[in-house]
Amino acid sequence: MKPKIGVFSFTSCEGCQLQILNLEDELPILLGQIEFVNFREAMSEKGEDYEIAFIEGSITRESEIEELKKIREKARILIAFGACAHLGGVNNLKNFHPQGSWLPSVYGRTDLFSDTIPTKRVKDVVPVEFVIPGCPIDKKEFLRFIQGLLLNIQPRLPDFPVCVECRSKGNICLVEEGKWCLGSVTRAGCDAICPTYREACAGCRGFVEEANIESLCNILMQNGLSKEEIRDKFRLFNGLEPIDL
Amino acid sequence: MSHDIHLHHITRVEGHGNIVLNIKEGRIEELRLEIVESPRFFEVMLVGRHITEAPPITSRICGICAISHTSASIKACEAALGITPSREVILLRKILMHAEVLQSHILHLYLLVAPDFFRVGSVIPLAKSNPDIVKRGLRLKKAANEICRILVGRHVHPIAMTIGGFTRVPTQRDLEEVRKVLEMAIPDMEETIRLFEGIDLPEFNRETRYCSLKEAEEYALYDGRLYSNDGKSMEVQKYREFITEEVIEYSTAKHVRSGDSSIMVGALARLNNNYSHLSDKAKEAAQRLGLTLPCTNPFMNNIAQVVESVHCIYDSLRLLDLLSSAYPYPQSPTPYTLKEGQGVGVVEAPRGTLYHEYGVDEKGMVRSVNCIIPTAQNLANIERDIAAIVPMILDLPKEEIERRLEMLARAYDPCISCSTHFLEVKFIE
Repeated sequence: MKPKIGVFSFTSCEGCQLQILNLEDELPILLGQIEFVNFREAMSEKGEDYEIAFIEGSITRESEIEELKKIREKARILIAFGACAHLGGVNNLKNFHPQGSWLPSVYGRTDLFSDTIPTKRVKDVVPVEFVIPGCPIDKKEFLRFIQGLLLNIQPRLPDFPVCVECRSKGNICLVEEGKWCLGSVTRAGCDAICPTYREACAGCRGFVEEANIESLCNILMQNGLSKEEIRDKFRLFNGLEPIDL
Repeated sequence: MSHDIHLHHITRVEGHGNIVLNIKEGRIEELRLEIVESPRFFEVMLVGRHITEAPPITSRICGICAISHTSASIKACEAALGITPSREVILLRKILMHAEVLQSHILHLYLLVAPDFFRVGSVIPLAKSNPDIVKRGLRLKKAANEICRILVGRHVHPIAMTIGGFTRVPTQRDLEEVRKVLEMAIPDMEETIRLFEGIDLPEFNRETRYCSLKEAEEYALYDGRLYSNDGKSMEVQKYREFITEEVIEYSTAKHVRSGDSSIMVGALARLNNNYSHLSDKAKEAAQRLGLTLPCTNPFMNNIAQVVESVHCIYDSLRLLDLLSSAYPYPQSPTPYTLKEGQGVGVVEAPRGTLYHEYGVDEKGMVRSVNCIIPTAQNLANIERDIAAIVPMILDLPKEEIERRLEMLARAYDPCISCSTHFLEVKFIE
């Protein structure tokens, strides 16, 4: 029996779903191994008999809470798929602005779409069995997860920081150059793609266990960043994580 | 004949939307294209952030047109800061825009639209019945994604694009690799033209206003003046005179008009306005595909996407030639100092004209934001098309009406996450 999979999208850019469609070489093989029964971006068929649910996006409306709970009831395994679902992602940035300012600044009125709520992570609403992190998700990590599923092996995320991958690629360290980068506290698995293209790691995969945030803050302050600037960097993807800055 | 159609969450489009249609004795009583995607409030989120974060944050508006958002955002930042990037940087950005348009059009044509022509529900049964077609679509999509990977790390949220240039400048070897990818894509593109030559699209014409960028010298995607086919032409800074946005009660995406007319943006609008600047191979493809311009059939937007895909491949090769002869490149990114300013950045995203405007203070903090998304600009026009086509298809069975309406909406390639999200049809009976 092929595992039946549903892909569901909440508040997001749908880029993580797109990463599934971006598995151009593997997709035809993948379709022989698993069955998508519900994947609105890609198909008209809508099955309710999924056992595995990939949840993309943050929860930002009352109605989304109810929808997510219904999916949870049907799914045996529920996966937070991508940074918006896992961490709140960039959607959490609105939480740092007064709620009363959101609707007027976009729609010029407050009587419409008023069920908008502060951004929640999927785990704030329902229990989550597994996370595929990243903004966007790494498509190879998605494949490894599917392989694990088929072989009945519990998938695991790397428990070391992005720095390890970055160093092994021989990249020049951005922090050592006096810039900022959150690679030392962020969970690896992305192959350090941002620093490899000379851009700072912004922490989209969430913190690695036992991340030494204090130590990184001290170094970044030595590099000339203010506390507020450092706080803003952490807030970009990890604004809902309890960090004391 | 009475129908109550409620297409809830239109499928094979990006995002969440509904078509609500209530027909009593052959008359439309109610017609709404509802956008029910959750609003995301980027205009709020960006305020108080540093200007250098505007491009990576606004890239997250849309996974499919991430490079367009990043480009429009960078251009708005550069306009606010008074930066002029080097010619080479602009050439590279143009190649990236081509890659994104190709990626997005191919995704739409092969994975979302093609199932309609083969009368299946999705690409998944299509992969069983016509594996060669699906594999070809995936190869072309991969080619476009490969170009982005080589130049800026990836397509879904490009990494190396930044204000003033690139955090990592592509090497000559990278450019050679891009060229190989493009050359290898040519036979598949040729087959794609052949595939669409054989496809019958519904005959339905309705005149509307076609809006796009327009340039004197080339087919405008990255730069140009605002232009509409009624002869209006202006600088991008005056976009608020060009189009007006309005809040619609049933749509989390605003609607857009030009004067009293709804507008159409995207591939067909661009071809209507800029056909003469297409590369020869693309013109040849248009001819073979029976696309005579100006064209007022929105279903032909699919064909326009095929023609643009051809253009993107051949024009990228031309841009690569210009780049290769200019190596080594000037310093990138161009150094700049922060200052107070206001800037507008406009590009042609795959689905149409994309506007970003920011105000920044002297410390480089964003103080005001406005983004106008292509799909939002098409919504009012899709509604009017539905109103015009329904009387022509009223006698068909309800399922067929639903199928046609979904196809019509899908022809616009709506991207609802962007416009906030899109489509289901609701009949009310």
